[in-house]
Amino acid sequence: MRIFDPHIHMTSRTTDDYRAMAAHGVQAVVEPAFWLGQPRTNPGSFADYFDSLIGWEPYRAAQFGIRHHATIALNPKEANDPRCRGVLDLLPRYLDKDGVVAVGEIGYDSMTPAEDEAFAAQLALAIEYELPALVHTPHRDKAAGTLRTLDVVAASGIEPGRVAIDHLNEVTVGLVRDSGCWMGFSIYPETKMSPPRMVEILKEYGTERILVNSAADWGHSDPLLTVATGEALLAAGFTADDVDRVLWRNPVEFYAQSGRLDLSASPAGPSFAGSSIARGGS
Amino acid sequence: MTLDELRAALAGVPEWAWLADALVRVRADPDTVGPFFARAERKLGREPLVADSPWTAGRAGRALLLAEVADPERIAMLYRQGDAAERLAVLAALPLLDLGDAAVPLLHDALRTNDARLVAAALGPYAAHLDADTWRQGVVKCVFMGIPLGAVDRLDDRADQALAGMLAALAQERAAADRRLPADAVALLNRLTVPPPRKQE
Repeated sequence: MRIFDPHIHMTSRTTDDYRAMAAHGVQAVVEPAFWLGQPRTNPGSFADYFDSLIGWEPYRAAQFGIRHHATIALNPKEANDPRCRGVLDLLPRYLDKDGVVAVGEIGYDSMTPAEDEAFAAQLALAIEYELPALVHTPHRDKAAGTLRTLDVVAASGIEPGRVAIDHLNEVTVGLVRDSGCWMGFSIYPETKMSPPRMVEILKEYGTERILVNSAADWGHSDPLLTVATGEALLAAGFTADDVDRVLWRNPVEFYAQSGRLDLSASPAGPSFAGSSIARGGS
Repeated sequence: MTLDELRAALAGVPEWAWLADALVRVRADPDTVGPFFARAERKLGREPLVADSPWTAGRAGRALLLAEVADPERIAMLYRQGDAAERLAVLAALPLLDLGDAAVPLLHDALRTNDARLVAAALGPYAAHLDADTWRQGVVKCVFMGIPLGAVDRLDDRADQALAGMLAALAQERAAADRRLPADAVALLNRLTVPPPRKQE
């Protein structure tokens, strides 16, 4: 089973995770820019974070043979802090980088006017930089938030096929399918979505335009739940080709729309395998 | 390769027209260089420009853009605002640009990272501008990180007894942990500390 995790926050994960992911078939990841638990108070903090997403983290992933790309954005929660608004001015520089394959995560947290403004501005940037968009849906008031999200996406003029609406569940999946956007599911140990529920959704809706991710971060989460979902699908009678489509070909198709997805052997490659990460020195 | 050789080799790549246009625009307005510099690799390609060369078409294109910019402040900004590949391109181009020692702070930055590619690139020909203490720390950092010492320009010219002492101390720490230095570091230490055999009369 080859796996492309289209949404995982590796910055918050350990080298043990990278090792386990590689051992279980995870060969590529996309890390969306998001919040870090502790609120940031100025754009400089974001610049260092974004630099890490296009510098250090891809290098770290490569030590384990995993290809790492990023999506860059001002996330909705921090869009509400006036001290962080300057981040929007930093984005054009980052959206031009080779390792950036989408604008994201954008969308709603509390559906405030400040979030409206940041969301619309960043969808416009996705169009300008010819990038797909990765859209977070809120944890509270999710169905209303998803409807409003789809309205904003439609008003922006971006093609629905270049937008993934993430963190969906049984209640919101139908809305997104009818919009033509991609449907993202975050498989979590307890909340959001579980492997057995994901199996039922795929039975009902098929495998087209579906993305399955672990969204693993600094909270209670598990980077191997993509693997567990693949195994649950096989056990439920899906073919290996179905599983490959959902866990590899679909995310490749979605992010390849950026024209920047590079799944060739990493230049950081195995030549220095593990030496700097494993602290090979004394 | 020299800038002229890079330019001649690039004239054969399919996207040469894109680069030629970018160079004209940057000459007219150096403020426009950022997006061209960021896009150069995906426009021009990541294949070696000539067989076995470390110069890819994209990296060579970036070197020509830097030569057009010429100003050390702007070059430093492109490095600071660059991703890893852009920073590597700046470091590779430094010996080809007429900057004196103005770009030494970029080497210091690269040597502080934990990215073996950046550390190795900081010890190329432009490292001639590094002071001896920083250079020795860089060489020992290569050994520590497992970077082949072939990355270090003029290694035997600059290696001295102070470096031998640092390598010997590292070898001792490794031995205490039942580990060894990489073979190229042992060979360097031997060259610095073992007198050459006398020629037979």
